[in-house]
Amino acid sequence: MTLRAFIPLAVFLLLITLLWAGLKLDPRKIPSPLVNKPAPEFSLPRLDAPDKIVNSKDFLGQVWLLNIWASWCVACRSEHPVLNAWTQQEDVFLIGMDYKDKPEDGTNWLKVLGNPYRLSVMDENGRSGMDWGVYGVPETFVIDKKGVIRYKHIGPISWDDLRTTLKPLISKLKQESS
Amino acid sequence: MKQVMILIVALLWMNQSYAAFNLKQFDNPEHAARYEDLIYQIRCLVCQNQTIADSDADLAKDLRNEIHKKILSGQSDQQIIDFMVERYGEFVLYKPRMQLKTWLLWGGPALLLITGIIILIFNHSRRNKQVDLEIDQHVLKKAQNLLDKDNNQ
Repeated sequence: MTLRAFIPLAVFLLLITLLWAGLKLDPRKIPSPLVNKPAPEFSLPRLDAPDKIVNSKDFLGQVWLLNIWASWCVACRSEHPVLNAWTQQEDVFLIGMDYKDKPEDGTNWLKVLGNPYRLSVMDENGRSGMDWGVYGVPETFVIDKKGVIRYKHIGPISWDDLRTTLKPLISKLKQESS
Repeated sequence: MKQVMILIVALLWMNQSYAAFNLKQFDNPEHAARYEDLIYQIRCLVCQNQTIADSDADLAKDLRNEIHKKILSGQSDQQIIDFMVERYGEFVLYKPRMQLKTWLLWGGPALLLITGIIILIFNHSRRNKQVDLEIDQHVLKKAQNLLDKDNNQ
């Protein structure tokens, strides 16, 4: 009798624990199958010089980041000051991909809010974004010297994300041999 | 009554315009059927509880266009599904695959049902035994009392 009386309580506690853990999960963050796989190739025009085609293979041999952004993306606005300040403080090889955007809108956006990118490419129809499994902007990929995706950040990057995840990861990847 | 009729017509109309954004041109009815089938198998990652057939999100539109193109270029259903899973992960499948990772998802309800039946049988058989015992003791006590009364008189 005494032990049996605690069964409902135990079930209740188990449920509470599960629900509590569930509260902290973000259903929008879907793990990317591309992590630890070679980065998908893209060949896209530069935003500032549409006649120049940039290939993702051009960046092989260094740790680089691909940040997917768009002028219509509201969350990108909260991320942008972080990227601006970060790239001013440190040497970050940050590439932008202007996703499903009009070139003039994207150019204007960078003019007004500042440009943290080494360069940005135009993915006007979103087809390259599809290869990278983009489903919600902003998204950021960290690619190592061998051209393998090592991390994907979904949503805007905060100072906390930089400090706790991205910066340590990048300095670790920079020490790997290419 | 007239108002109800208007409501019904309006609802029917809404359903039609709602389906209209899925319309794609196919010359081959078999291709059209495959397209219809596939768009109900792929989840829209923006509005996660909808398939790309139900969703009007931009991404869903792009994925529908991609499926349309791939069917016309002669790709098989499996190739198209693999294309989606490679990019967006297993979550993109609206109906999860049956595999080692998802056994609890698929087997969970059956497991709960079986556990419930076992508990039910267990409790039932024990309760039956308890009832028997109680009656026995009750009858015994009554008999004892009667005997005691007899002895005391």
